[in-house]
This record gives sequence, C-alpha cells and structure tokens, in this order.
Amino acid sequence: MYFDLTDEQQAIKATAHDFLASRFKSERIRELAASESGFDEGGWSEMAELGWAGLALPEEWGGQGLGIVELAILFEEMGYALAPSPLFSNTVVGLALAFCGSDDQRERYLRPLAEGQRRGTPALWDAGSTAEPGRFTLEGRSEDGATVLDGEKVLVPDAASADFFLVATSDGRRHMVDAGASGVTVVPEESVDLTRRFSTVRLEGVRVAAEDTLPGEAADYFPVFFRACVMLAAESTGLAQRALNMSVEYAKDRQQFGRPIGAYQAVSHRCAQMLLETENSRSAVYGAAWAADAEPGSLPLSASMAKAYASDAGWRVPDAAIQVHGGIGFTWEHDLHFFLKRGLTNAAILGDARWHRERVADMVLAAEPAPSAS
Amino acid sequence: MDLTLSPSEEEFREEVRSWLQENHPGPEPEAGLDEVMAFRREWQLKLHGAGWAGISWPKEYGGRGATMIEQAIFAAEATRQEAPAPANVLGLAMGGPVVIAHGSDEQKARYLEPILTGEEIWCQGFSEPESGSDLASLKTRAVKDGDEWVVTGQKVWTTFAQYAKWCMLVARTDPDAPKHQGLTYFLMDMEQDGVQTRPLVQITGEGEFNEVFFEEARVPDANVVGGVGNGWAVAITTLMNERAGLAFGAISQIQNSLGRLSKLARETRLNGGSAADDSYFRQRIAQLHIEVETMRLNAYRGLTKTMQSGIPGPEGSLGKWQWADINQDLTELALEIEGAYAPLMRGAEHALAGGSWQYGFLRSRANSIEGGTTDILKNIIAERVLGLPRLR
Repeated sequence: MYFDLTDEQQAIKATAHDFLASRFKSERIRELAASESGFDEGGWSEMAELGWAGLALPEEWGGQGLGIVELAILFEEMGYALAPSPLFSNTVVGLALAFCGSDDQRERYLRPLAEGQRRGTPALWDAGSTAEPGRFTLEGRSEDGATVLDGEKVLVPDAASADFFLVATSDGRRHMVDAGASGVTVVPEESVDLTRRFSTVRLEGVRVAAEDTLPGEAADYFPVFFRACVMLAAESTGLAQRALNMSVEYAKDRQQFGRPIGAYQAVSHRCAQMLLETENSRSAVYGAAWAADAEPGSLPLSASMAKAYASDAGWRVPDAAIQVHGGIGFTWEHDLHFFLKRGLTNAAILGDARWHRERVADMVLAAEPAPSAS
Repeated sequence: MDLTLSPSEEEFREEVRSWLQENHPGPEPEAGLDEVMAFRREWQLKLHGAGWAGISWPKEYGGRGATMIEQAIFAAEATRQEAPAPANVLGLAMGGPVVIAHGSDEQKARYLEPILTGEEIWCQGFSEPESGSDLASLKTRAVKDGDEWVVTGQKVWTTFAQYAKWCMLVARTDPDAPKHQGLTYFLMDMEQDGVQTRPLVQITGEGEFNEVFFEEARVPDANVVGGVGNGWAVAITTLMNERAGLAFGAISQIQNSLGRLSKLARETRLNGGSAADDSYFRQRIAQLHIEVETMRLNAYRGLTKTMQSGIPGPEGSLGKWQWADINQDLTELALEIEGAYAPLMRGAEHALAGGSWQYGFLRSRANSIEGGTTDILKNIIAERVLGLPRLR
C-alpha cells in the first residue's frame, strides 16, 4: 500500500509543470484565445518531442507505454496550466485505436498519432441528439463494401486542427475519416471556453473504405470512455488546484478593513472548502487512474465517481475563486474566467455529474449490503 | 502508486477476519449502559488475551507493535464485522499512548497493563463549560500542597467518567504564565470524595457524557505526566492519536451505514415503486457513495504521507470535517426517504427500519462539534495547510 506518486511519477509531474508554466503564461493563453484557430503549432511540436502525444499508448505503435496514472498526472498539469491543446482529443483517439483498431489501422493511424505527426479527434455526437455517452444516431449506409456517411457531428473538440476524425455510427462502430476527405466540412462554433473549442463536422456522402472502419464494437469502447473520463477529471482537478492557489495568494495579499481578507473566516473557510473539494477530486482521480492500470474490473465505478466529483469541483472551485477575488475576479482582464469556463466545459462533456451519479447509483443500489458477521 | 495490500498485510487481514468471525460476541445488549459496559469489559479481556488490545502499542509495553496499515486494517475489519468497542477505548487510544510517550518508567509499570485488560477504565478531562474550542483557556486549578496537588474546577463532555478509575486531566498550575504554558497533565484518581460525576442528558435523551466536579480533589505529584507546565504539548499528542486512530474505523462505519441506507431506499415505497427508483434519491445516494470513497482514498493518501514523515499532518482535519458532513447528510437523507414516517422512533409500532435512523440523525448533530468543531477545523486548515493569516 503506497498511495502517492513514485519518484518517477513525481519527475513526470515536475517536468510537465515546468514546461507548461514556461510555455503557457497568461499572455500566451490570451493570444491563443484571441486567435482564429486557438491552436498552438509550436507548443504541439514540443509536446510531441516530450513524448506526450503517445504517453499512455503502446510502445509497439510509437507510444511511451506509460500508464493511466502517468496520463492523469500529465492532465492534472495541463489543467493547472490551462494549456490550450488538442492533446486530450488526440489521446482519446489514440486509446480508441489501441483498444479497438486492427494492426493495419494502428500502423496507418495510431503510429503517426502517437509520434505527434498527425492529430485525430473524436466526432461522436449527432446534431439534434441528447449527446449522451454511447448514444449515436448517425446511420452508416453500406455501399460496395464501403460505409457512406451523411450527417452532422456536433461538439467535436479541436476539429479545426485535426487531421482525421474518429466518427461514431448508431451501431456503435467507429470510422476513420480524413479531414480532407470529400464531403467533410468543419464549421467552428462559438464556444464558452476559448481555450477548448468545439466545431460541427458536416458529413455529406463521405465514403469510408472497409479498411477504415475499426473492428471494435460498441462495448469495446467502454474502456476508452472510462479512461477519457479519468483524463478529463484529472484536468479539472488541475483547474481547481490552480484556482485555489490563486485565491490563497490573493487572500493573503488583498487588504480590506486594515487586514488581509484571508484573515476573515468568511473568506478563509471558503478557501478551506475549495481545498477539500480539490483534494477529494484528486483522490478520486488517482484512485480511478490506479484502477485503470491495476484493477480494471473496478474502473467503471471509480471512473464514474471521479468524473462526477471532478465535474462539480472543476467549475465550483474556480467559481468560488471568483468570489474570493471580488470585483477583479469578474473582469475579462483577470484569468479566472478562463478556468471557470474550462471547468464548465469539462463538466458538461463525456457525461455530466448527474449522468455519472446515475451510473454510480445503478452499481451501488444493485449490490446487496455486505452480510454482517454476527 | 499501489493501492493493494502486501502479502503480509493480506495475511494480517485474514488473521483479523477469521479471529473476529470466530470470537465475535454478538450484538451488544440493548439494556442500560451498565450492561453494555460489562459486555465490553468481557470483550476487551478476550481481545487482550489474543493480543488485539493496544495493537498500535510497542510490544515491550504489551501491545502488538502493528504498523499503521495494520492498525487501519484492524479498525476497518472490526467495524465491518460490527464488533463491539472495547470497554476502555479512551485508555487504549489516548491514555496508553500518552504514558508511553511522556510517562516515567514507574508510570508505565503502573498504568499500562490495567489499560490493556480493561480492568481500569480511563476518561479524559479536557473541556470545561467555558473552555470548549479555546481549550487552552481552561480554568480548573491545581495547587501544590506538599507532594500532592489540590484540584478544584469543573470538566464537561467527559465520556465514561462514571466508570473511570483514571482521568487524563489538564489543569492550570500557573495562572500567571501565558495560557498555553501554565497547564499540567495529571492522572487523577476518580475514586475519591473530591470528585463527583453527573450525567449530562443530550438531545438523544441519553447520558453518554458527564459533567465532573473537582472539589479539592487530590492528586500526587508522581501522577504528573510530561512535567509541570507541559500539559498543552502532552494533551496535543493525545488529540493527534485520537484523530489518526479513528479514521479507518469511522470510514468502515459509514460504509455500513451506506449499506443500510440503500436497503432503506429499496424497502421504502414511493410513487408505485421504491425510493431506490426515484431519481432524486438515486442522485443523493450516489453522491454519498462518491464522497465516502474520496474520504477513504484521502485517508490512504494521508496514511502514506504519515508513514513517510512519521507524524500526522494538519490534513487530518479534512477527514474529520468530511466525516461529520457525510454522517449528517446520510442520516438526513434517511429521514427524507422515510418521509412522513420520519417522526416515529425506536419502539413505535410503525417506525421504519426499527426507528434506528431517528437516533442516528440526532446523534450525528454532534459530529461537527465533538473532537474539534468543523468551524475550528476550517480555521486549522486555513492557517496550517493553506497558510492564510490568523484572525487573532
């Protein structure tokens, strides 16, 4: 029993922290937020050189072969730095290929993705649908052994900078579609979070050759989904930690009525509550990440617990931080709103807190209470 | 990162599990506290006979010298199997560790064995009517008289005072010193005319706690622990021990309660189904499960940290705060599930779940007060974990 980071994991955390702090200073994040694409090509190449594009992807296919614990550590730092980056969407596609792709597909798509040469993003949810996990309405049409897609995928993250899409159809299958394929149009949408933007991807008579449809079926993607939930929960934990740190610094510094506002219990108890939520979130994430690597049978429960908890903490803690800061926290000039917006976005996607709590309820209410010994 | 037990820890758990299964004395008697205490004394003797009393104590003092993980395993397993508490819980968790840490050789020889056997029950005389959270302001006076001290004052919230042979008493020995420095830690013999105890009836209707009155009670100089004027530091060790030792048992207890809560939800009819089908109740039950899991994982992270640094850090305050919140939420939710039947308690023919949640609800109101109020814990976290300035 050792529930803490090992020395190697600490080193990964420190490297990620220092790199991200130097690359994504406030001014740089603001430049990217104000830019048309919101994407940082230079930052991406550096991340790829660090091996992050394939951190938890198999070594056999160009990845680093590390675990979900290491991935969670990295994403906690990505959240802490509020890094605008397609690393999340890219990693999800990488995991999907690793779990559900054929060797030929892994060679063509996973290897360049893991090495950072090409980027992929999931295009799962359909316009007009509830956009719930696992519910896809796009019907693929069979034609000469190929699948033809006509539809509109919404909430596609980082679509503007993606080289290919992992498109879901109603049968639960996934198809690789090149961004440049005939019939594909990417329409950027106005997104609350300027550091993680969504697009609509229109598919008009897009032909997917048989070798570009993944052999995996609907249930085969569950392990990918749970791991993605853990990554996102880790990122939200990082957002919360940063918002807490900013608040504590401010509460020590800001004077009102002749003393630092952090001396008042209305403020200090709010900060204590933020710490509680941040630490709970981190424990839930580490627990789920560990389960993914060491005890996959318990991952469905622990991943839903982590995603539910971190979904709440990821926006509530930045929200509380805005209250600690008072008026300045409500200005565009202050960075806090970016954290709130990312938290809000992370909470909404891949199943919100309510959706995951319902899953938890399913699992815990079904179980009979442990028999008493007496 | 590794959340699994080592083979030797697994083996320890199996040993605990099977011993408890074979020796579990059954549920506690439902009669009065006297019967319960007699039952617990017998249970403690049995525990001691098998080497399970004072498992955290070093072997040379009659304990088992268990690692912190083994202590956690024992606490979790005993609670999971709903084993009774030993009679001398305060002596085992606090009195013994303080004597071991700060006591003289004579004190160790005199006090430790009867704590382990349960022959002598201990109580703790810290809080006073006017010194609750501000413990260091306590006023009970001890005045030197030859080789004795004469103690006058009043303590409150003293669990088991009516059964106790010894009281861990903190009294003011130097009224002129700064408030934290004028205190001394005594072992006070409760069996004397100068000590009177009176049960304090709490909102549940029971008298779990007592008031203790000292009227020129006598305590020999040889019963000072840790030196005159060091009472604050000695007392703090006991409180640290209290927090570190109780966490894992408390978590198992909440897990038991969650099981009972799910059962209540499944068995309580609502809208043509059961409360377990109701989306609002499902959300709240799930949230409680999530919070209990984060508390359990936090405790493991804390344990890992403590094993590396050797001392429990101020982060322990988070766990106690969270425990109180969860326990209160849980019992509130149970009464909400019972709906219109919530006013019926134990003994009522139509009470749900035997009327047990009504007691749980009322008793849990104290969880955010006893052992450090939640408000004070938030101050500790703000000042000592976050480094925010003090108000004072």
